Amino acid sequence: MSATPTLTATGLGKRYGRKWALRGCTVEIPAGRVAGLVGPNGAGKTTLLHCAVGLLAATEGSVTVLGGRPAADVEQLGKVGFLAQDAPVYGSLSIADHLKFGARMNPKWDGEFARDRIDQLGLDPKQRAGKLSGGQRAQVALTLALAKRPEVLVLDEPVAALDPLARRDFLATLASYVAEHGIGVIMSSHLLADLERVCDFLVLVSAARVQLADDVDDLLATHRRIIGPRRDLTTLPGDQHVVWESHTDKQTTAVVRATGPIHDPAWQVEELSLEDVVLAYMGGAGEVRSIGRTTMGVVQ
Amino acid sequence: MIEFHLDSRSGVSPYLQLVQQVRHALRLGMLSPGEQLPTVKDVVACLAINPNTVLKAYRELEHAGLAAGRPGVGTFITATLSDAPVAAQLPLRRELDRWIGKARAAGLDDESIEAIFQDSFRAASARDIA
Repeated sequence: MSATPTLTATGLGKRYGRKWALRGCTVEIPAGRVAGLVGPNGAGKTTLLHCAVGLLAATEGSVTVLGGRPAADVEQLGKVGFLAQDAPVYGSLSIADHLKFGARMNPKWDGEFARDRIDQLGLDPKQRAGKLSGGQRAQVALTLALAKRPEVLVLDEPVAALDPLARRDFLATLASYVAEHGIGVIMSSHLLADLERVCDFLVLVSAARVQLADDVDDLLATHRRIIGPRRDLTTLPGDQHVVWESHTDKQTTAVVRATGPIHDPAWQVEELSLEDVVLAYMGGAGEVRSIGRTTMGVVQ
Repeated sequence: MIEFHLDSRSGVSPYLQLVQQVRHALRLGMLSPGEQLPTVKDVVACLAINPNTVLKAYRELEHAGLAAGRPGVGTFITATLSDAPVAAQLPLRRELDRWIGKARAAGLDDESIEAIFQDSFRAASARDIA
């Protein structure tokens, strides 16, 4: 596994007319990780992914995948696999046609892998792709993306439209491939419970900016919800950074990032799921922390 | 061989859940030295989780002296957690049973009993740290 980061973005921005879809995006996704990309709708996730695979040209800044400029040449195109939103296939072509097409278009095409996968899925190669179920279509599209033997696979909302079983099958296929071949993955999704299982790195894009980019285990280990009698959070120890807070006249609830254990017995300390952590950052996105202002959750 | 499961709402990171499940199985005698743990590929295919999660869990078990990896074969259990602790658990459990009986007799409901236990537990942990 090379140590060149899977993705490096520096001040990346994309503008449509007057509106910035993504701005000042600076983030590094380390090599060989399965990175989840999360954020509200319209936050710039798809824009970031499209810039990374070369479908969009950046307005400002730069992005590289495995050190190379997106879609710069045949070699770069061969290194990066891309599965677009809703797993598009050619409805009137058969699965076999898709595989033939893939073999013609990709120098490193692994035809045996592709045929085996289709076989394992119990699909008839003669079947038209338009007749497949959503789960089958996603699996075929994933097979095509993997058969080109990419070093990095980029997936845009690959499982959003799938039922829970099809979703689990899809992610198991992806995770097994990663276990065997150690490729880097960047995957956007709204389904945080899935990402918590499959991803070991998380990038949060909100309001056209990167709010968070970190190791998942580290995020889970350092974020805590603290609940206790109302108090001024500026008095917290220096190693506890407040991500989100809410006060009633008697109680204070906050999400903090703490590098050490929280000893203060006045706090009830709770562990958070990845979803809770992400929500805390999204709730605080763009807001400046100021004590006294916040009276969220109070019924006056 | 044991089979892993994941609770996505627990707030405990997946790799720690795997470690805890092995420790739990060892404590209950469901795993013993010499037994093989599921291969990384099997766990990944079964749970749809990140391979690094499994590797990290197995490394932690190795670090704790509970398992050892044999290159190209898999990870095997090398120690046990079951004997002494189980014996020590019995009298402690009996004492706790008696205490719960007393709390009920005093008219406390289940929620109050849990609250007292958790509060005392937290206070004791805080004292240990201080």
